[in-house]
Amino acid sequence: MSEPTDTAPSQSKRVLAFAARLVALVCVYLFFAVLTPGSKGFTSDANTQLMLQDIAVVAMCAIGMTLVIIAGGIDLSAGSTIALAMITTAYVLNLGPKGAEWVRSSPHIMPILAVLAAMAVSGLVGLINGLLVTSLRMVPFIVTLGTMQMARGLAKLVANEQNIYPPSDVVGDLWIARLLDPARTVFTFPFLPTAVWLVILCALLASLFLRYTRLGRHTFAVGSNEKTAVLCGVPVLRTKLAVYLISGLFSGLAGIIFFARLGGIGQPTEAIGYELFVIAAVVIGGASLLGGRGTVLGTMIGALIITILRNGGVKMGWPQYTQEIVMGAVIIVAVAIDNLRNRRRS
Amino acid sequence: MVSPPSLPNPLLTMRGVQKRFGATYALRGVDLEVAAGSVHALIGENGAGKSTLMKTLSGAYQADAGEMTFGGQPYRPANPLDARSQGVCMIYQELALAPDLSVMENILLGIEPTWGPFMRWSETRSIAQRALNEVGLETVTPEAIVGQLSIASQQLVEIARAVAVGCKILVLDEPTSSLTQKDVAKLFSLVRRLKEKGIAIVYISHALEEVQALCDRFTVMRDGETVGHGRVEDVPVHRIISMMVGREVSDLYPRSVRRPAEIVLEMKDFAGASLPRKAALTLHRGEVVGIAGLIGAGRTEMLRSLFGLEPVKSGEVRIGAFRGEASPGRRWAQGVGLVSEDRKTEGLAQNLSIAENLTLTRLTGMGPWRFIRPSRQRAACKPWIDALPIKCRDAGQAVEDLSGGNQQKVAIARLLHHDADLFLLDEPTRGIDVGSKAQIYALIDRLALGDPGTGKKPKAILVVSSYLPELLGICDRIAVMTRGVLGEALPVASWTEHSLMLAATGQTSDASSPPAV
Repeated sequence: MSEPTDTAPSQSKRVLAFAARLVALVCVYLFFAVLTPGSKGFTSDANTQLMLQDIAVVAMCAIGMTLVIIAGGIDLSAGSTIALAMITTAYVLNLGPKGAEWVRSSPHIMPILAVLAAMAVSGLVGLINGLLVTSLRMVPFIVTLGTMQMARGLAKLVANEQNIYPPSDVVGDLWIARLLDPARTVFTFPFLPTAVWLVILCALLASLFLRYTRLGRHTFAVGSNEKTAVLCGVPVLRTKLAVYLISGLFSGLAGIIFFARLGGIGQPTEAIGYELFVIAAVVIGGASLLGGRGTVLGTMIGALIITILRNGGVKMGWPQYTQEIVMGAVIIVAVAIDNLRNRRRS
Repeated sequence: MVSPPSLPNPLLTMRGVQKRFGATYALRGVDLEVAAGSVHALIGENGAGKSTLMKTLSGAYQADAGEMTFGGQPYRPANPLDARSQGVCMIYQELALAPDLSVMENILLGIEPTWGPFMRWSETRSIAQRALNEVGLETVTPEAIVGQLSIASQQLVEIARAVAVGCKILVLDEPTSSLTQKDVAKLFSLVRRLKEKGIAIVYISHALEEVQALCDRFTVMRDGETVGHGRVEDVPVHRIISMMVGREVSDLYPRSVRRPAEIVLEMKDFAGASLPRKAALTLHRGEVVGIAGLIGAGRTEMLRSLFGLEPVKSGEVRIGAFRGEASPGRRWAQGVGLVSEDRKTEGLAQNLSIAENLTLTRLTGMGPWRFIRPSRQRAACKPWIDALPIKCRDAGQAVEDLSGGNQQKVAIARLLHHDADLFLLDEPTRGIDVGSKAQIYALIDRLALGDPGTGKKPKAILVVSSYLPELLGICDRIAVMTRGVLGEALPVASWTEHSLMLAATGQTSDASSPPAV
């Protein structure tokens, strides 16, 4: 048969796939909303707040993961990087002689320093991932499996294997601990916690980056057919390096949000296994683990679905093991769907 | 040795180009001259070195000796990107496109118009549109996703990309092998237009009809050497063919008097999920039947569906006394063995030893109960290593250390160890040296003959090959696959290379056959 003469079929197919995800999201939401009604149920204000907090962490991290997966890679170090960034934030806010004098004396500068330090550390993890993948041509799975352990170990080392408690009387009032301020509800201005707005802004920027910058388009080219990209003079190594660096930075932002999520403390053993939720969110959002395909908007829906599943399971009173089994099944189903799509494509 | 060509004002010259892989010469001294605004045919059998030469031209390989000039300047590309930026573009049969990206992005990949870091989409679109118009692909929008286009359109997109980067030499490697007649005509008119624009085109093919229809000059290669060149209109086709075939073929291909016995394979109305579309064949014990055809015609697919590696749509298959569903495990149990065309990734486990590979399908008797004693595994290989012979240190050596020819012998020895009755051989001599080829031909002849002395029964052998002299040399009967339809298997005496090629391109009386989908 001859070729399609325009893009209409592919575009409508894409819209359809997107609509299917929205429907899945609504179904999952309604499922839990109907089964756990009432003032303490799934749809209660308190629970909505809780979910928004969870979504902010997963979604922020998933933005960076989307780029990595589009480029045909994977970043397993994301969860550990979140923890490392969180610990770094807490560590900086806890600096100073006898009981963190610095944050008391300069409550405006220290949070900024904390954020800069957290971003620098997480960016460094991303950079190391990128350098190992590009210069040593190692498989991303193995590289990031290694840095996942190292970042986790580093977080524990910095925290001296304990939680870090910056002085709560000062830090609790700082903006950095109030990124997910629960006092803000969806009915009063500005409707959403600051961190959620931040996620929305970042998602928007990342979408524009992927669509409208040369580096963004090269990310797709590298993931779709790396050999062709090399042949055509695409700076493949630089593109990969950039993508892992960006992923590290987004994990860092997620870590800072996580710091606020815990109410201003640093826990080195938190966010274990988050990379799997994040990868699942990206895949549910329509990205291909083979690279070349994916959207930030899809990933955001994926993050919503994953978070609702996690939270809904708790609300249903499911025991931990049931939640884990359900989550694992959802991840497998999502990847299976990805495989089916690829098979149909080839 | 032929005298080197001397065009008055060549755009590209190659002189005495040599390329070695280990101890084997892929190119032993090739001369080539191509003028701007002309179509130059590079002709030769499979394995003659055409692809190696073109990979050297495009920078994928570095020549070991010889000189190349391009536009009067010494030319020595470091890699394909370097060659491309100087204006040498290759279109391989395996297209180099990013399937998930749009047409316009593929065309301008690496040379995107930008404003700072930002894409300039409207300009991207208009440049791509111009390139698409130039290659006659107006029906495709620049936004279309490449992976959803037909192969013919994808090929044109790749040519459009070459045009967009300002290529001066365009190399087309067997460009018509997966095209329909209509698309071939479209491609030819495009090639003529590009020629008018002053682009030099190197056209690799072994279909001489295409060469006559399209090309101005030609160079013939055989065994890594230039054996002839000239103007297409000056040289009759039969002389070009004799240049291609060259050597006396009778010594290389032994064919004893064979006595076909009972039917081993019977196939009726056989069709795979996509290919083949229709195939019927009977194969007797003690017989070698060849399947000729172009790449992509469905020959490999037929073997694979027969063996249960690809789904069967319809038809009836009887193997000995067996009927029923196909699966590789079942086929091995029925005494059928397949040698894959791709020994690197499918046929052999490259990093395992000869013994592991050779005994993989039949591990019985290697130790007590179900245990396997490695020493017995190695001992079981010994007779085959000696008989074929496989040149190696010992049976414990990894397959990846062997030469292509010896690897192929390991792949075939697996069937011998298994004591299969029906051998399905897919391109059994692709990419191996002439010495190993001769040994494999002799082996096939021995297998078809059997050995009454030791009570070894003759085997039934089905060979798929793109190398026509080989099929004509070793087979008793040959059938031609044309766009998924297998013709009748006729005695080898009724075929010539020419008639096989005609049948493969679908230009026989069978012109009423429906066009490929």
